[in-house]
Amino acid sequence: MDFAALHARLAARFGDKLVAVSAEALNPWIVVAPEAIVEVAAAAKDDAAFAFDNLMNLSAVDYPKENPPRIEIVYHLFSYQLRHTLVLKVHVPREQPVVPTVEGVWPAANWHEREVFDLFGVTFTGHSDLRRILLPDDWQGHPLRKDWVDPDFYNGLHVKPPTQMAERVAAGEPLGVGPFDQTPTNRHVE
Amino acid sequence: MASPTQATGGFGWQIEDLDTDEMILNMGPQHPSTHGVLRLELRTDGEVVKAARPHIGYLHRCFEKHAENVDYPGVIPYTDRLDYVASMGNSLGYALAVEKLMGIEVAPYVQTIRVLMAELQRIASHAVAIGTYGMDMGAFTPFLHLLRDREKILDLFEWTSGARLLYNYNWIGGVSYDLPDGFARACRDFLDEFERITHPELMDLLIGNKIFVKRTAEIGVLPIEVGIAYDLTGPNLRGSGASYDLRKDEPYCGYETYDFQVCSGQGRYGPVGSCFERNWVRALEMAESVKIVRQALDRIEKMEHTPVQEKCPKRVKPPKGEVYFRTEAPRGQLGFYVVADGAGVNPYRVRVKSPCFTAMGVFHVLAKGMLIADVVALIGSLDIVLGEIDR
Repeated sequence: MDFAALHARLAARFGDKLVAVSAEALNPWIVVAPEAIVEVAAAAKDDAAFAFDNLMNLSAVDYPKENPPRIEIVYHLFSYQLRHTLVLKVHVPREQPVVPTVEGVWPAANWHEREVFDLFGVTFTGHSDLRRILLPDDWQGHPLRKDWVDPDFYNGLHVKPPTQMAERVAAGEPLGVGPFDQTPTNRHVE
Repeated sequence: MASPTQATGGFGWQIEDLDTDEMILNMGPQHPSTHGVLRLELRTDGEVVKAARPHIGYLHRCFEKHAENVDYPGVIPYTDRLDYVASMGNSLGYALAVEKLMGIEVAPYVQTIRVLMAELQRIASHAVAIGTYGMDMGAFTPFLHLLRDREKILDLFEWTSGARLLYNYNWIGGVSYDLPDGFARACRDFLDEFERITHPELMDLLIGNKIFVKRTAEIGVLPIEVGIAYDLTGPNLRGSGASYDLRKDEPYCGYETYDFQVCSGQGRYGPVGSCFERNWVRALEMAESVKIVRQALDRIEKMEHTPVQEKCPKRVKPPKGEVYFRTEAPRGQLGFYVVADGAGVNPYRVRVKSPCFTAMGVFHVLAKGMLIADVVALIGSLDIVLGEIDR
């Protein structure tokens, strides 16, 4: 089924839940309202005309400069039976990024959503095991956001290049010197 | 002899009366069978795994963040380091994604070189996969034989690109170096030897070995529906009986013009989708790759040799847009999701969908109810590379 037919069939069923659409993109996409994503995903999987049995990819993109600032969750779907693809997107606000999980529809989403939670700070409601996956459990912040600034210390250790640290110490910043600096502010508190 | 559940001896105990303790067993991150730094948390009852939880991320190198801070060609060396056993396939996937974004169509000669390299890399990668799997199962010799032949492929790569492991070979719009003089002959020498000696030896000594078959053919059975739901791809899914291969079904680089078979599990020695089947598919794919390489060499000798960097853009700045492009890497479908904002020379976002990542995601399903010794067999058969899982 080509994209126009896919979109028409989805639009007939979900109408105003489909917020935006781009048929000209290299991989044509449909933007779905956050609260409707599970319904739409379930329909995409169970409807025999769609039969999207496979979630190829789930990722997110951060757009802080858009108005309003948003994070896009992107779902790349594929059907092994009918050999067609579809891209669904969900826009969530950057301040409170919350979206329901599609883990119940495609189990592959479990780890992908954990990764998006880890690196973008998006909360997936209803997720069975929402923990950090790539970064350490005690990590602060979400590095793939565009406004991410690298921390100077992690558990009391310098994590910036030594030359850069030396320059900043010379400029008078109270950073201490050496990789195992033990001034009270830098020490990791248990 | 009384069965263990019946009363034995004078004490009248039954096996149900025995108290067993559940134990948490940490396997890794330095365990040799985990093929890298992977930690498995196993809840065991005796020898039986009741639940398993993989912990990944020990090798996280912030690939996606780095990619946002270098320009488009600058990402290619980083892609080499994703799946470091099969670097050619990674840079190929990224280069094709960006080419699609920019609308670049490379010359047939460059396409043929890319196919040639990708298939040689597939042979080398499967050699490592099967060799280390044999070693996990206690067969040391096949590992040495296969690594010997992989070495010859690495020599060919070194001759062409100057590097043995991380090639930086597939560039956007071309490849970094043309094939050296005499490459076809040296490559044919290798293929002849591989086809005549190593591959039959592998099929006889390891894949057809009764001990190996008994050890692997009944365990780790992955039903095809579970494989699709958890997004397993490549040999892992084909071992479960699917005959889906992007080289046939969504061809890129002109794969549709090559004559080769898609191998899938037949269930010859046990259920379809077992650990054995996955390795069997890999072993057969090596022979298919040899066929493709031969065809590519024939074409290269006949076709016109255009400059390999003819289509490389001076400044890589794709228009605003995004693309998800997947290729059939040795370990499965490797997808690159590249977003361009049209303004800067850096990618706005690069996301890698790694086949090993999703293969690890199904681990807890397959490992449940297994013996601990079989967990080793399961991890090896999924053929994971932690560099690609953790990125």
